[in-house]
Amino acid sequence: MKNSPFSSKENARYDKVHRQVVLPFKKSVEIAFKSIRVRFFRSLITTMSLILAISFLSFIHVSTDVANGMLATHDLEFRQALIRSGYDLGPEENSVDSSPKQQWLVILSLLVCIVGIVNAQLMAVTERFREIGTMKCLGALDRFILRLFLIESGMQGVVGAGTGALIGAFCALVNAFLRFGLKAVTAAIWQDVAVSISIATGIGLLLSLMGVLYPAILAARMQPVEAMRVEQ
Amino acid sequence: MEDMSNIVRVSKVTKTFQLGKIEVHALKGVNLEVATGKYISIMGPSGSGKSTLFNMIGGLDKPTTGKVFIDEVDIAQLDAYELAWLRCRKIGYIFQTFNIIQVMTALENITLPMIFGGMSNDAAVEKGFQLLELVGLGDRFQHKPFELSGGQQQRVAIARALANDPAIILADEPTGNLDLNTGEEIIALLKQLSQERNVTVISATHDIKMLNVSDQVVWIRDGRIDKIENREELSISVGQIDIRE
Repeated sequence: MKNSPFSSKENARYDKVHRQVVLPFKKSVEIAFKSIRVRFFRSLITTMSLILAISFLSFIHVSTDVANGMLATHDLEFRQALIRSGYDLGPEENSVDSSPKQQWLVILSLLVCIVGIVNAQLMAVTERFREIGTMKCLGALDRFILRLFLIESGMQGVVGAGTGALIGAFCALVNAFLRFGLKAVTAAIWQDVAVSISIATGIGLLLSLMGVLYPAILAARMQPVEAMRVEQ
Repeated sequence: MEDMSNIVRVSKVTKTFQLGKIEVHALKGVNLEVATGKYISIMGPSGSGKSTLFNMIGGLDKPTTGKVFIDEVDIAQLDAYELAWLRCRKIGYIFQTFNIIQVMTALENITLPMIFGGMSNDAAVEKGFQLLELVGLGDRFQHKPFELSGGQQQRVAIARALANDPAIILADEPTGNLDLNTGEEIIALLKQLSQERNVTVISATHDIKMLNVSDQVVWIRDGRIDKIENREELSISVGQIDIRE
């Protein structure tokens, strides 16, 4: 540990409080939650691109799960219906996978989504420059700011990706019902569907955190002197 | 050993900004000593280097050459952690634009620096109520900033600045966005708190009303200290300016 530059009189007190610039995790969550609630529509727009991209991802995966469920029943009618509806199914194959074209579309939509999140979060950071500067004047460390943004984004990520995954799964099931009938939906393996929804939610959360990383680092590095500037 | 009664000591400070290819010398060698518990006003036209000097004293900016000591600690030697500690514990900031955190209530704004300072939530809330009482806003703790008038917001800011019992309060044009009456109230409050709690108040200002309560006025002109006037010398010049009774 480097020597404390504070004078001898201050030294004892300083050492005692050295680890005393703190922001408890619970308090961070509380601040982040309030921040989202107050800027609800702003957060909604940030979350919207995530909801859309993740619901697409979830739709594709759950559709595949339903198709696999149909194949697992070894019902020839289902097999024919699947081939008619465009699944590329060889005579020996007993499972389907999403087509490369679909995978590319999903990847593209996720890329667009992450760019959207970065953009929205950069704007959010700019709007909150003064708030961040003020917090730093009150003694906040860089990592407090970073943590606040990450928690906020994590909450948005869980809610947005969760909603998106459920919407996507629901749409996939409705789609299967309309195309193949109720029996197809009941044939779906629910474990697989649940796994698909969880994976989509996880990916969404990851995207949300990745998207906020650069803006949050930018915010955390901001000098508190910015808060003193009047013109904004 | 240096004289410990000086809370702030500025020694031969220069500051140069690089604006494109032009070098701007904002401060050209400033020496200043501020005694503990005094009420100091830094006066000067815009562009005089007033804000730059002010930011140096607040540990918000580092000098190009020279040294700034707060409580005999050279702030250039401090790392990020220690600077945060300094801002949290030693210095309270008051801004022209109040800078109340908009998403928090008045009480939460005041407790935030105490939370940073490691105080438990209950203790912080209790002290927050006391501070709100002190600035005359005891019944307004649940209000959001947009539900408060400018003067009330500035009172919240003063309470927030006092949260961790700082040695110095830095006020940047604290009355700049307030009307005459409210401005006077804020000045009176600052003066009263400075006396009661032996807090050094340093304010950068254009406001002539400030002169009346200042123990010392530092006039900055063109990056240098033009003159430092004590209160006694001042009263003559203030008498000539028509100040509302």
